[in-house]
Formats: sequence, structure tokens, C-alpha cells
Amino acid sequence: MRKMKRKIGSQIMASILVNSIYAMINYPVVLINTLLAPLAILAVVTFASKGTLLPVAAVGALIMNMVSSGTSLQQDLSHLKNDMRLQDMIVSSPTSSFIYIIGMAISEIVYSIPTLAFLIILNIIFVKITVLGAFILFLDMATIFTFSISLGFFLSTFTSDIIQSWGFSGILSPLLTTIPPVYYPISYIPYPFRYLAYLSPTTYASEIAQSQTGYYALSTSGFATAWLVLIAITTVLTYLALKRSRWREI
Amino acid sequence: MLQLKRQKRLSMRIRTEELSKTYDRKHRALESLSIDVNMNGIFSVIGRNGAGKTTFVRIMSTELLPTSGRGYINEMDVVDQADAVRQDIAVVPQEARPLPWLTPLQTVSSYLMWRGYSYREANEKGKEALRELGLEGKENEKSRKLSGGQKRKLMAATVISSEAHIVFLDEPTTGLDYLSRKELWQLLSRMKKDRLIILTTHYLEEAEILGDQIMIIDHGKLVDLGTIDNLRNKVKLPYVLKVYAENFKLEDDDVQVHPVSERETFVYGSASKIYGLIPYLVTNKMKFTVEEASLSNIFEQYLGSAEDEENEEEDW
Repeated sequence: MRKMKRKIGSQIMASILVNSIYAMINYPVVLINTLLAPLAILAVVTFASKGTLLPVAAVGALIMNMVSSGTSLQQDLSHLKNDMRLQDMIVSSPTSSFIYIIGMAISEIVYSIPTLAFLIILNIIFVKITVLGAFILFLDMATIFTFSISLGFFLSTFTSDIIQSWGFSGILSPLLTTIPPVYYPISYIPYPFRYLAYLSPTTYASEIAQSQTGYYALSTSGFATAWLVLIAITTVLTYLALKRSRWREI
Repeated sequence: MLQLKRQKRLSMRIRTEELSKTYDRKHRALESLSIDVNMNGIFSVIGRNGAGKTTFVRIMSTELLPTSGRGYINEMDVVDQADAVRQDIAVVPQEARPLPWLTPLQTVSSYLMWRGYSYREANEKGKEALRELGLEGKENEKSRKLSGGQKRKLMAATVISSEAHIVFLDEPTTGLDYLSRKELWQLLSRMKKDRLIILTTHYLEEAEILGDQIMIIDHGKLVDLGTIDNLRNKVKLPYVLKVYAENFKLEDDDVQVHPVSERETFVYGSASKIYGLIPYLVTNKMKFTVEEASLSNIFEQYLGSAEDEENEEEDW
């Protein structure tokens, strides 16, 4: 009997093709959809601040894009599992849960490539940042992406249908991106509301990003604390997501 | 076309030892199921709603953990050696359907890539599968445009085009019209060589036509397992006499008489009883036919009448 060698690259590629590339090829309208959400808030903030907050909002849009990947992952996994029963077919195949999730996570990034490309160009034009600052910004985005993917995966294990999944997304989006100081500096929030803002991990990601772009003065200890909290939340959530994930039902 | 290119294997084996599954600590879906099936072809699993058919498929296809007992696919434990088992199996769950935003070719090829095929291999095999399926020309249309029958065939072809030796199809024809079902039957009949296809179905006619072996389960327990002839030989009334005469009456405790209409009566009985009635029918110039009991007749004799079945479902 010929045993198929696991070709991890093919397995990851399958997830990327199904969840992003084929969707974009077969329904190009989705490209506009991904672009619209971050740009809409970016436009509002820019116009309301008469252009002064454009650099902050441009970085904020990047953060929102990373968070959106997680909420989209949550919806996609839930839909493919509960409505299309695709996940059951994958469980009974040589693809492991880890490879499937990695593929799906990458597919979310691929899905948002047009938006990312536009936002990166916008940032290059309007945001003044050092090379080190750009590197820190990249790490910041990577961490918030890992956080959002873990959160999306974690929540997808709780959802039993698409309506419930939409419910989670509807809550997450404003709580993580619209209300917290992602598109504007945290100094704009008066006390005691500022304490509430620190309940959202995206506030720490924004603090780090805004400190690099010069829109928020963050002390060394504040910078270290922001990173510590962000990494700690991400680690705990990733651990919970992996622990909670049930590839095979019990 | 879709036959496996591999070393010859005599037959596939699925075996269970006291396999049980209890949901929420109270609902027993499978109870001490022990079977040993060593064959190629189609293994039909039949039973009432909630009999445990899907639970059996889900455990054996490594989707669900059993509460107790063991299951083996080609002597590999479905719990402890799930990764090895998954190299050899493929499943189409009960409610699976093609993703509407994919084309049939993308549906088949992406599944094959998840099984480890390269993009090129997967596309070639996908095209081959769609040709075999009669979907040539529709390979690049969106799957949502396919008919219900074509969607089901596509799902079956998706797994059958893979290298899997054991394929689980959970009620693949539910909701399809007769002609669509027949098309799928033809596909499965062609594909069963060198494979073991485990097919659960509510259509007893389908299980009878396709099933090289048939397993009847009820309330999670094995009722019987064998070929249609094996099963027929075990029931008390293996023959049906169909009499086409007005108001045919017969009183005999050893047969069951079912008037279908004023001009049609079915009489179930043993061979000796049924053939013993023939001289009387010939003498009275009555039209008749004699047939072996169908799987529906056998199923009813094993599990009780359809009326009992409805009562059971109400209790459920």
C-alpha cells in the first residue's frame, strides 16, 4: 500500500487557496470589503482631526487589520466547521489540526494583502519612523496578529452556528478596535475612562505603535510594561486556544 | 479511471470490540458493538433514526472518541493510531456540501492537497474525477450552480478520487430524487473495486442494491450483519407472494397477509408455504408473482413494523 507522505506545504496551501485566494478570484467584491472597514474609520478620524491624526490613524488601521484577521478567522472556522462540515472531512484526513489552523491563519493575512499593501504605502508616506521603530512596529503587528488569531480560534471552538459566530465578531470589533485608542492617542481619553481602555490588549499595541511614531510619549518602564502585558495576554490566549481546541470530539 | 494505483490488497478490514458511545452521560448512541468485516465493496449500515449509524461512522473515521471499547481500521486502533488511520480513510459527513464559492475542480483539488498531493497532482486528479463524474465542462463553474444530485456526487467524488482505501459516506443520497440517487449508485458501484465503502442510508432499496454486506443496528446495538441472502435466510418469512385478484382472502397462521389494495395482496411466508399456495392460485386463475423478501421486508421482520418504528421515534 502506498502511503502518502505528508506534504505540509500542500496542506497549508490548500487552506490558503480555499479560504482566501479562490474566494478572491471567484468573488472579487470581497477585496473591497476588506479594504473598506479600516479605511472608513481612517477617513472619519482624518477628516474630524483636519488631517492632524492621519499618521496615528494610519498605524491604527494596521492594528485594526490585524485584529480583523482574528475575528474573520473565528467566523470562517465556525462556518466551515458547523455549516459546511468541511472540518470533519479534514479531521479524517492526513492534515493535523495545527497545520490546518496555521494554513487558515495565513489565509487571513493573504486575504487582507490588498488592504495591507495600501496601508503600508500610506504609512510610508505619512508616518515618520526610524528603521528601529519600523522593526518594533512590525513586531507589534505580529504580536497583535497572534493575539487575534488565538482569540479567533479560541472563540470558534465555542460557536455552534454562524449566527453565534457573527455575535462574537460584532462584539469584538468595537471592543478591540473602534472604542480603544487605536485610531487616536490614549491621551485623548479623560480619566477615569483611560483605565477602562487598558482592559483591551489593543491599547497596549497602540501605545507601542504610537510611541514609535511620536504621537504618545511612553517612558522606558511604560514601554516595557506595554510589551509585557501584550505578550502575557497573547501567550495565555494561545495556550488556552491550543488547550481548548478539540480536533476530535469527545 | 479513479481506481487506485497501489499495491494490491486483498481486502480491507474494520473491526470493533464492545464499541460504545454515551453522550452527556445518559444517551447511549452505541452499545457494545462488536463486528469484524473483512471485504472490499460496499458495506451498508442501516437502522432507524438515532440507531447509532452516524456515531459509528464518526468514531471509525476518527472524528469522535468512543466512551469505551475499541475500533480498528486495517488493525490500526482508531484512537491510539488515529494519525496512521487517517492516511487510509476519507469521509463525507452527513450534511457536507461543496463550498459555494469554489468550483468543482477547486473543491476536489483542494481536498486532495489537504491529503498531501501537490497542486499539480491534485488538479490532474481533480480533472480526472470530474470527467468520471460527468461534470466535464462544469469544472470551472461555481459549485452553487450545480444541482442537488451533482453536489452530492461531487462530494463523493472528492473523497473517492483520493488514495483512501476506506471511504465513509454518511447518508450521501438523502433528499435526492430517484434518478439522482441512481446516478450516485452507478458511481459508487464503479468506485467500490479495491476499496471498502461504508455507506449509511435510510433507503433500504439503496442498501439492498449496493450493499455487498449489510449491517442492521438498532438502539446502538448490532441486530445482524451479512449479505442480503444471509439476512433473508434468517427471517421467518423470506418469500413474498403477490396476488393480483379482487378481495383475495387467506387465513393461515404461518403466513402474513397484507392487502395492498382491493386488487393486490402480498403474502409473506416460508418457501414451502408460499409454493404450497401456487396450485390454488393456478386453479382459480389468479395472477401472481413470487419474489424473495426485499430488504424492507427483512428490516421490518427484524425490527418490527413501520407502525412500531413511528412509536419508537415518538419515544425517542
